[in-house]
Amino acid sequence: MSAAVYHSRLRQSAEERRAETHPLTWRLREDGELVGLAEYLDKDGYGAVREALAGDPEAVIATMKTANVRGRGGAGFSAGTKWGLTLTGGDLPRGYLVCNADEMEPGTFKDRLLMEQLPHLLIEGMILAGFANRSRQGYVFLRGEYRRAARALGQAIDEAREAGWLGGDIGGSGFDFDIALHTGAGRYICGEETALINSLEGRRANPRAKPPFPGQSGAWGKPTVVNNVETLCNVPGVLRHGADWYQGLSGGLSEDGGTKLFGVSGRVARPGLWELPMGTPAAELLDRAGGLAGGRDLKAWLPGGASTGFLLPEHLALALDFDTIGRAGSRLGTGLMTVVPDDQPMPALLRNLETFFARESCGWCTPCREGLPWTVRLLEALERGEGEPGDLERLESLARDLGPGRTFCAHAPGAAMPLESALTHFREEFEAGIARPAPRPVGEEG
Amino acid sequence: MPETPSLPTLLATDGDGFVLDPEDLEAMRAERDHYEQPQAACIEALKIVQRRHGWVPDGAIPAVASALGLGVAEVEGVATFYSLIFRRPVGRHVILLCDSSSCFLCGFDALRAAVEERLAIGFGETTADGRFTLLPVCCLGACDGAPALMIDDDTFGPVAAGELDDLLEAYP
Repeated sequence: MSAAVYHSRLRQSAEERRAETHPLTWRLREDGELVGLAEYLDKDGYGAVREALAGDPEAVIATMKTANVRGRGGAGFSAGTKWGLTLTGGDLPRGYLVCNADEMEPGTFKDRLLMEQLPHLLIEGMILAGFANRSRQGYVFLRGEYRRAARALGQAIDEAREAGWLGGDIGGSGFDFDIALHTGAGRYICGEETALINSLEGRRANPRAKPPFPGQSGAWGKPTVVNNVETLCNVPGVLRHGADWYQGLSGGLSEDGGTKLFGVSGRVARPGLWELPMGTPAAELLDRAGGLAGGRDLKAWLPGGASTGFLLPEHLALALDFDTIGRAGSRLGTGLMTVVPDDQPMPALLRNLETFFARESCGWCTPCREGLPWTVRLLEALERGEGEPGDLERLESLARDLGPGRTFCAHAPGAAMPLESALTHFREEFEAGIARPAPRPVGEEG
Repeated sequence: MPETPSLPTLLATDGDGFVLDPEDLEAMRAERDHYEQPQAACIEALKIVQRRHGWVPDGAIPAVASALGLGVAEVEGVATFYSLIFRRPVGRHVILLCDSSSCFLCGFDALRAAVEERLAIGFGETTADGRFTLLPVCCLGACDGAPALMIDDDTFGPVAAGELDDLLEAYP
């Protein structure tokens, strides 16, 4: 038997997904195939563009601010606020709207689904964001490995241009805007907003110092807005149905509105993706994934990628939203949970995570470039049972030096988060990796 | 889009005698027009070279630099940064094995061992017959199909060690 070709799927039936409750996924086909332009138009496609472009960019930003759509790339910053800070108007040149489609956070597989099956929703969101920010050009920065998404987006961009949704004078509004697909060539760091801009410009993907923020000076020195795929896919629904509707989607589960593409991977019975209200309890998500595989018990979980802190079984009652998970000492991140079973040794898992961060460091800042390989060496020794007294303290000190404010970007702080939380929650496992000194043979000189 | 520098009429070559294929040069020119400055087409230009040759030979660096009006060092800096730009010859097929956390939790070690045993190579190596190169890759975004891997343009997952023979068969 040959292995299955991987095909991204949502684990929710068409009956469960309705336009009023599942703005991101209700248009998805039951067979998991691409929704082309004709089908998208049949499903109220480009309705938000038609409405919004007849109005004022300021009105779009105001609605987005009230809806408080928080960035789905992991940082949770309000998209409306970001747009409100973009320099526009007067003699300023029109800038760029960049979609961050460099999905590479370990454990994250949500943007792939939206791009492979519903590329017109992303394009519609980008047109609206471009209009709000008076951008002259949009780019989709897509990771190179997402070949199926590249085909789907390329085809959808051509269809949209042909139908007049991209190009000059969109829908008779006088607004002109086009989108180009830019595919990457590897390196996780490209997902960092300013590193992404450097990569888009054809440079090494090192992050830039902030300020100036991209909204002031980004790609080629022009005001630039960078938003995640899922964030942009929320925009058409917000503008079509309003901020109050969006706020109501989370049905009192969370102060944050909207839905979220949540997912579960790791050792669970039915790993997958679901569109659920923001604030859905983690336990409900794990239930949808059928609980742990092979009758194991839950040891720990990462709420949203490798750069979030470990949480414990007792945290499963928490609402999955930015503030609740933040108060528990972790981050919601991308909202796709990684599940760790009770038979998984933590030093080995941490070695895997930190090896990833060490390899993917761009090398720009010393604590990250030097600290992460050192962290990996210490973890490897502990994993083999060859650690030395003081190694845990050294790891804690390294985690502090990798922390916020010591490097240009969030790569190193992201690496520190799972490390610090694992050392806190599972300290005895790391202590057990310290070699006990061998008894000195009798009679040997000191 | 503002004016961009015109392409030099003489294309650079170096000691290796590397010459850009005219069709590839055309493709680079088309890419360049998507951006405010020609440097932005640099990564795609390297990928264009790689699509034709399988990798990016040293001689291609000054050729790409000249085609886009960039410094050789700038292009070299970019070409050595990105993990999917290959600077050494690779096999006819490239296997990217995801080594990130979800795959690690779902059998990456066993799959890696099986691939390495089956092909008698490790990460960064090419089989003696020039058929496969094996590389690690960070999270492929196929975590609900862990452990996952890519062969050329195709993504597979979950992949059991016992399925490898049939899977590799499709890539002669």
